[in-house]
Amino acid sequence: MQPFSTHTGVVIPFDRRNVDTDAILPKQYLKMLEKTGFGDFLFDDERYLDPGDVETPISGRRPNPAFILNQPPYDKGSILLARDNFGCGSSREHAVWGLVGFGIRVVIAPSFGEIFYNNCINNGLLPVILKLAAVEELFQCCREHPGFELTVDLENQTLSHPARGEWPFHMEDGHRKALLEGLDEIGLTLERAEAIRAFEASRREREPWLFTE
Amino acid sequence: MMARTLYDKLWENHQVDDLPDGSSLIYIDRQLLHEVTSPQAFSGLRMQHRPVWRTGASIAVPDHAVPTRGREAGVAGIADLVARRQVQRLTDNCEEFSIPLFALDDARQGIVHVIGPEQGLTLPGMTIVCGDSHTATHGAFATLAMGIGTSDVEHVLATQTLKMRRQKNMRVIFDGQLSPWVTPKDLVMAMIGRIGTAGGTGYAIEYAGSAIRALSMEGRMTICNMSIEAGARAGMVAYDRVTEDYVRGRHYAPKGDMFQRATGVWRDLVSDEGARFDREEHFDAGALSPQVSWGTSPEMVCGISESIPRLEAIDDPGLREGYRRALDYMALEPGQPLEGIELDKVFIGSCTNARIEDLRAVAAVVEGRKVHDQIHQALIVPGSGQVREQAEREGLDRIFLDAGFEWRAAGCSMCLGMNDDRLSEGERCASTSNRNFEGRQGKGGRTHLMSPVMAAAAAVTGAITDVREL
Repeated sequence: MQPFSTHTGVVIPFDRRNVDTDAILPKQYLKMLEKTGFGDFLFDDERYLDPGDVETPISGRRPNPAFILNQPPYDKGSILLARDNFGCGSSREHAVWGLVGFGIRVVIAPSFGEIFYNNCINNGLLPVILKLAAVEELFQCCREHPGFELTVDLENQTLSHPARGEWPFHMEDGHRKALLEGLDEIGLTLERAEAIRAFEASRREREPWLFTE
Repeated sequence: MMARTLYDKLWENHQVDDLPDGSSLIYIDRQLLHEVTSPQAFSGLRMQHRPVWRTGASIAVPDHAVPTRGREAGVAGIADLVARRQVQRLTDNCEEFSIPLFALDDARQGIVHVIGPEQGLTLPGMTIVCGDSHTATHGAFATLAMGIGTSDVEHVLATQTLKMRRQKNMRVIFDGQLSPWVTPKDLVMAMIGRIGTAGGTGYAIEYAGSAIRALSMEGRMTICNMSIEAGARAGMVAYDRVTEDYVRGRHYAPKGDMFQRATGVWRDLVSDEGARFDREEHFDAGALSPQVSWGTSPEMVCGISESIPRLEAIDDPGLREGYRRALDYMALEPGQPLEGIELDKVFIGSCTNARIEDLRAVAAVVEGRKVHDQIHQALIVPGSGQVREQAEREGLDRIFLDAGFEWRAAGCSMCLGMNDDRLSEGERCASTSNRNFEGRQGKGGRTHLMSPVMAAAAAVTGAITDVREL
């Protein structure tokens, strides 16, 4: 996993609540078998005027000019700013793979769907939970200065702009460390294999009906 | 000893290790796998040359992308080549990693959350995960069950554990007796309407109260199933005689003396008297009416005799804008009554409402009636091959076919439209599924969530209808 330290990029103001993972990455692309190649299908239902699926050549599709991800400079944006409960609904990690594939490195919102949040951590995408008032200020900055850029510093847990200020945020140590170091979580857990085996043995003793194999 | 909630007990019973960052390593007893969220997990294992920790703890079944007709030819009969490749990949992965699979042509195939309980793969006291957000369904059996992403699917395959943070405890109490034609679906939809789609974020929800105790396991599963629509990854119900009677005799459940021994352990799977909950919500179940969603989020819901909210009554500008956008998408007006909204399709199915009880309830409404001319497709998709067989033994399929419904093979079907069962642009559907998001059932499709009996009433009248007045 790619470690995350600092990042500067254009903020995409996505002024909506309850953005669900069905909207982020629609069903027709869930049949793909890899983790890559989802960037072109991010917000697919809204991003294109014509319907598409895995086999539709992307070059032949008509982008929806009214959709923010099709408008410069947001088409090259890398920080998505949204409202409450971003990433709610389906557990599909494909939503995160879509965001990452498009080039999004950071999503800022007052709250997130829990499964989505975990999926972000597991893919090196930084989910920033920010107080409502700060989110409001950032939307204001975007309105006043289209193409507004932010610098995200995960080590120091700040968002900043040289002229417009600094906004602190907080992330749990475990999640922060995982992102900063880009750790192999499975490898780390396997270092505790002995503890897992011991637990498993006692569980087998206590509740043998759970081990039917 | 301090009084503990059911969630506390489940959590503590599975704590392998406490980690320095404040999270815990939690042992996972059962992992359910399906074709859509597992291929990348298996690829990850392969890439790292990692074996599956405990093959017998997992079970796989194709359900999301499978067609619901023409199933005789098995995987080879899937016309959609991309879907066929995905289902074939599941078969291949299970073979390579020695994971048991209920294949497409197996009589036990079905929606992952229907077959787990049905086969006794879901047992009280377990931790259960699946790459699917509706995994909380299994919480009805006093389990800690939750949806996870594909990276975590891989983590569980490789280590039989997950790194998790302890949730807060919420108890939702439904007291009183349900009125006729009011169902478990209505209880959970009313709850989501009140607490909102993020109301349960950070909590594990326990459903309690006399109305819950009086429900069958099927009804409890319907309620736990939609916990994620309130933001909660896990929802659960305490163990009791109803649980015990359901589990007894299931294929993978313990038998004889072992069953007796198990029930001794299971009886502790209740919240202790005086256990502390961080939040409680109370509902008078007897006061609830059938619920129908009008918008594009499960929290946009109201009773059948109510009208869609008027926008001027909403103070919060963000909420107002959300409602306006939803109503534009749904082609509905603020203040419009729900009753009488005309429909194009009806879908009865999904992990929320495709169990035998649901189908019996639908049959009771549609028997001797016809699907209205205006409805150009009315689908009934059983939750599993076994539900389908049971319904056919009871003659329900005849009732459905005589009424003009299509009677299909088991799968997720039009709940998410990964196969060819879906809505076209602008079509309006009465659906017993769990999500009314934009495009969920097909790009531009408009979903109204409701109970099976309400969907049945809608099918025969061609419009959203109060089943109590049919």
